[in-house]
Amino acid sequence: MFVKQISVFLENKPGRLSEITRVLSEKNIDISAISIADTTQFGILRMIVNKPKEAVDAIKEAGFPVSTTDVLAVEVADRPGGLNKALQVLRQAEVSVEYLYSFIKRSEDKALILFRVEDSQKAVEALKSAGIKLYGSDEIASL
Amino acid sequence: MYWNKIRECMPREELREYQLHKLKETVDRVYHNVESYRQKMQQRGLLPEDIKSLEDLKLLPFTTKQDLRDNYPTGLFASPLSEIIRIHASSGTTGKPTVVGYTRRDISNWAELVARCLVMGGGRRDSVVQVSYGYGLFTGGLGFHYGAEKLGAVVIPTSGGNTRRQVMLMKDLKTEILACTPSYALYIAETLKEMGIDRSELSLKTGIFGAEPWTESMRNEIQTKLGIKALDIYGLSEVIGPGVACECGEQNGLHIFEDYFIPEIIDPVTEEPLPPGEKGELVITTIDKEGLPVIRYRTRDITSINYEPCACGRTHARIEKLLGRTDDMLIIRGVNVFPSQIESVLMAAGETEPHYLLIVDRVDNLDSLEVWVEVSEKLFADEVRKLEDVRKKIASDIYTTLGINVNVKLVEPHTIERSEGKAKRVIDKRKM
Repeated sequence: MFVKQISVFLENKPGRLSEITRVLSEKNIDISAISIADTTQFGILRMIVNKPKEAVDAIKEAGFPVSTTDVLAVEVADRPGGLNKALQVLRQAEVSVEYLYSFIKRSEDKALILFRVEDSQKAVEALKSAGIKLYGSDEIASL
Repeated sequence: MYWNKIRECMPREELREYQLHKLKETVDRVYHNVESYRQKMQQRGLLPEDIKSLEDLKLLPFTTKQDLRDNYPTGLFASPLSEIIRIHASSGTTGKPTVVGYTRRDISNWAELVARCLVMGGGRRDSVVQVSYGYGLFTGGLGFHYGAEKLGAVVIPTSGGNTRRQVMLMKDLKTEILACTPSYALYIAETLKEMGIDRSELSLKTGIFGAEPWTESMRNEIQTKLGIKALDIYGLSEVIGPGVACECGEQNGLHIFEDYFIPEIIDPVTEEPLPPGEKGELVITTIDKEGLPVIRYRTRDITSINYEPCACGRTHARIEKLLGRTDDMLIIRGVNVFPSQIESVLMAAGETEPHYLLIVDRVDNLDSLEVWVEVSEKLFADEVRKLEDVRKKIASDIYTTLGINVNVKLVEPHTIERSEGKAKRVIDKRKM
């Protein structure tokens, strides 16, 4: 039901992000979603990759603090109002969103949005009962 | 001009006799009143009557900041609390401060010492003295305050901060003597410029600056910018506070008041005494203190001593301007900071082996401290908010421990250079 997201601590200085992409490319790891939250001092890089465990080990070895987090991969229609539908459901269920970003790949006319929410269990129930599809790790990998 | 000519210009032979008499009294006092001193002397098979000459001082054991810590808070006091009328404290290395206590007589003696310093700076009973040292547990503010009152001067107790108001009062009340840290004096100079106040609108003549090390070039800068004579004053709370030693108008070494303190210069490693003129660690024995006398206190400050007569007529020895230390203590805005204090804050924040770096700088004439902390797996969180909380928590814990504001920067692991496994803890960019 959840997708494993990798989070990496990066200092705001030149070359740090490319160090991560170098490490991942050496291990032949595919990135399917990526985003950076930035502050004046540091950034948090968040990614969905095809081989999360290998990616974590490689990044750790390169000396970066890294953690994994469960996020929701929510399917929305790729047209006006698509994302709104999912957000309205979460609003009704009173689940607040910590952050979200979108998937690089898409399936047909659907877009995939990654959600980190305050109460994952509650969010899953609300989205499911509203008929919104959630992707698991296997489905993500087969895209 | 002298505050106390008889004492300050006492012939050296007479001074030495006086010192011996007072030393014997002090040793007797600590032996009978302080368990820790008695035990240490007994371990060496010493009795108070074994001190027969000033040379016998070196038979006595040293006292360190660790002794004060081990006897926290009042274990080394030689007077019952009923006799103590004041407490001061400086930050300690493990979270606990170093507590010092004064009897009524100690407060009066301390004021005498500071009055001498003010007179060295041209102070008279009609002088206007502005005390811009912090008031409170720190000895600077109240120490100067009582000294200036003893002199009979007009005291303006502005304490630190609110610099524009300080400048306004300085101008309107015609302050002649300013007492503060040298970096704050430069900050005041900058503020004058910002406020568009010309030096000629002020009545300032002298500054008595201390509580942090400062160089000759900083002295020149202050003297030029403020158009005053800048004198260096030395002191430490464990001994009494400001007024242990001070420069006279000659500005060629700080007279250490030998009728209250016996100075020694030792090799910090071998602990052997060093001859006059050689640089070593300053060790001080108080010989006229009731509340907290200290025997051979290791100041960790590096200086040399000069017994040559001074042109001012005072017979008390002079110590060279103090710049270095034998330990890793930093003085930031007058506050003593040991890297280990920061380390203990980080340990308390859940870091078992914290990697950190202290970057000290002087920005706009004020000391700044930046603390770099390597983000470990344990400290790392996926959310910006949580990482910001970690940063703020560390900064506020450091503020609680040390009383100074720091900027905490989270950095990647291995950012901080490690040399032979031991990390470099401090980068001091201030020009000393």
